[in-house]
Amino acid sequence: MSENKYIPKTKLAKWFDSRLPLLSLSHHLKEYPTPKNLNYWWTFGGILTFCLITQIITGVILGMHYVAHTDHAFESIEHIMRDVNYGWLLRYVHANGASMFFLAVYIHIFRGLFYGSYKAPREVIWIIGVIIYLLMMATAFMGYVLPWGQMSFWGATVITNLFSAIPLVGESITTWLWGGYAVDNPTLTRFYALHYLLPFLIFGLIILHIWALHVPGNNNPTGIDVKKNSNETMPFHPYMVMKDITALLVFIIIFFWFVFFAPNALGHPDNYIEANPLVTPTHIVPEWYLLPFYAILRAIPSKLGGVIFMFAAIFVLVLLPWLDTSKVRSSTFRPLYRKFFWVLVVTVILLGYLGAKPPEGIYLVLSRIATAYYFIHFLILLPVLGRYEKTDPLPMSISDPVLDKPGLIDKFKKAAGQYEGDNVGSFK
Amino acid sequence: MKVIMLGLLNRIILTILISIITTLSFADDQHSHGANTNYLNTDWSFKGIFGTFDRASLQRGYQVYQEVCAGCHSVQHLSYRNLSEKGGPEFSVEEAKAIASQFEVEDGPNSDGEMFMRPARLSDKFVKPFPNVEAATAANGGAYPPDMSVLTKARAGGADYIYSLLLGYEDPPTGFELDDGVYYNKYMAGNKIKMSAPLMDGIVEYADGTEATTAQMSKDVTTFLVWAAEPHLEAQHRMGFTAIIYLIILLTLVYMSKQKVWSRFGSKKELEEETFDKVEKAVTEYEGEDPKTFK
Repeated sequence: MSENKYIPKTKLAKWFDSRLPLLSLSHHLKEYPTPKNLNYWWTFGGILTFCLITQIITGVILGMHYVAHTDHAFESIEHIMRDVNYGWLLRYVHANGASMFFLAVYIHIFRGLFYGSYKAPREVIWIIGVIIYLLMMATAFMGYVLPWGQMSFWGATVITNLFSAIPLVGESITTWLWGGYAVDNPTLTRFYALHYLLPFLIFGLIILHIWALHVPGNNNPTGIDVKKNSNETMPFHPYMVMKDITALLVFIIIFFWFVFFAPNALGHPDNYIEANPLVTPTHIVPEWYLLPFYAILRAIPSKLGGVIFMFAAIFVLVLLPWLDTSKVRSSTFRPLYRKFFWVLVVTVILLGYLGAKPPEGIYLVLSRIATAYYFIHFLILLPVLGRYEKTDPLPMSISDPVLDKPGLIDKFKKAAGQYEGDNVGSFK
Repeated sequence: MKVIMLGLLNRIILTILISIITTLSFADDQHSHGANTNYLNTDWSFKGIFGTFDRASLQRGYQVYQEVCAGCHSVQHLSYRNLSEKGGPEFSVEEAKAIASQFEVEDGPNSDGEMFMRPARLSDKFVKPFPNVEAATAANGGAYPPDMSVLTKARAGGADYIYSLLLGYEDPPTGFELDDGVYYNKYMAGNKIKMSAPLMDGIVEYADGTEATTAQMSKDVTTFLVWAAEPHLEAQHRMGFTAIIYLIILLTLVYMSKQKVWSRFGSKKELEEETFDKVEKAVTEYEGEDPKTFK
């Protein structure tokens, strides 16, 4: 299905659209051709947009009741939970919404990794995505500081202290970040201001992310370019919209199960203890979605090294489009890469698990191995695989069966037999 | 050759994965020494999708809190009005007023600029036993009795942990060193707690005639604390159930509409015929090369 140009029906529409092509834009969004073979892993873009909007709406209302002051922050959260009408609902949606946001973004990222969505011509979409992910982590981290519980305070102390590892200027940078000589009221107020600001930057970047997507169009599970003016694509509305809403509802059901029946399951109990600079918690752990990076940070024996590797773990994703040299996008046709993809998934989950454990003994050994593997995957395996992997033959188009995959011919013979009666001779 | 290599790779990956899991589960066993985390089980009425509080238990729990805990522990985020609100102990407004009026709060300044004391009203927060954390710490041998407003949410294990802790006092095992003013508790991290066993049979006399056993009082006061930490828990459960049922119905309808809309694009039959056409073409090509394979 091709995308036809918007033709204004009325004079007014023509007048307006020639001055500001909003109507053309909305026509484009409606008619945007999407490959018909997109599976449900492609619905997470829409889900993530929903997450951001939910976070902004609940966040703005929470901001009306929250007090960003070390003496009142914890109390104001309890005020929201008890006295504000449906304050408990807003806060639980916002807190669990952050977790669900990351759950969705991790699925979204791994989908991109599996189907090679970062490859040409989609590198810019991917890089904008990595920046969004980085901003999300900063936003979530600062949001976690706002309730001013024990984990808020000590998490903020640990993370801001990382900057002191920078040679020469480290100490001054940390003091500058804190607005003083320790995490205190100035730190809280600036974190609040930034926590309010960053989501809007993310929002802007999401517009760029989608814009950049609409230039080459969607990748798809086969990784083969679709012919835009063919029956291989279908208009975004109503086909993809309906599919996205279906997936979104399933997502919301899981989301709401957490909000209403296990609202504190993903948080740390210590954050219900008001911050106390004199009492250090036994284990300082960040929120679950930051744990893999926390494990990498602690796996490196030197502080500066840990910081460098932690940031490198994210930065390496920016280089991914050039590290993966394989011409084939989808791992459906890359038998070796497909295996290593799953090994990477397990490695990241393992790192997350190790991030929650004390950095000693076998935990430390394993986090070092896993960290090493994480970098080996991107820096060595991907370039080497791209060169030497024997990929499966690609079909001609997204609707073509792959003809010389082992065993497939037999299946076709069987299917053809059923179709034609067992008279195979009729093929001649 | 390729198939063998892939199989080998599979086996290597699987072996590494299994050995990691085994090592980790072994390491976890090694690390979980110290506090006992096999908490005592009791059936909480507030657990589960339909969980609601047992009003009588909440009222008794308030009594235990007031007569036993309140000497040292504050519940600074609760207000007296909460006692009569829906979903809580649901004392009548008069009862809640009577409870509040037993306490004195500082108010002011009055028109002369003086602070003065007056009986508490429904709108006041629960009066704290000590003016500040330092005073509470000093009066309790250097250990601050934590504020109990969100205590059940601030401890891993929640209600089960609090309940177990209250019943976890024991004589220390032989050879276990305890300082003065420190007690042995099975469920406390490190087994050392500065709070002496707060409950003993009959320490309170329940107005409703329930026998005040230690277990009963522990259960009641824990229920009270769960409510104090989550006063809207019942509304939360109710709304959650309604919302999820609504969403499931909506999902069913949306999914059906989606199927209907998608069927417009290409029916299954058309798709099948298309595939068979392709298969036919493919097989013809194949046969062309080596016709014998089909006979």
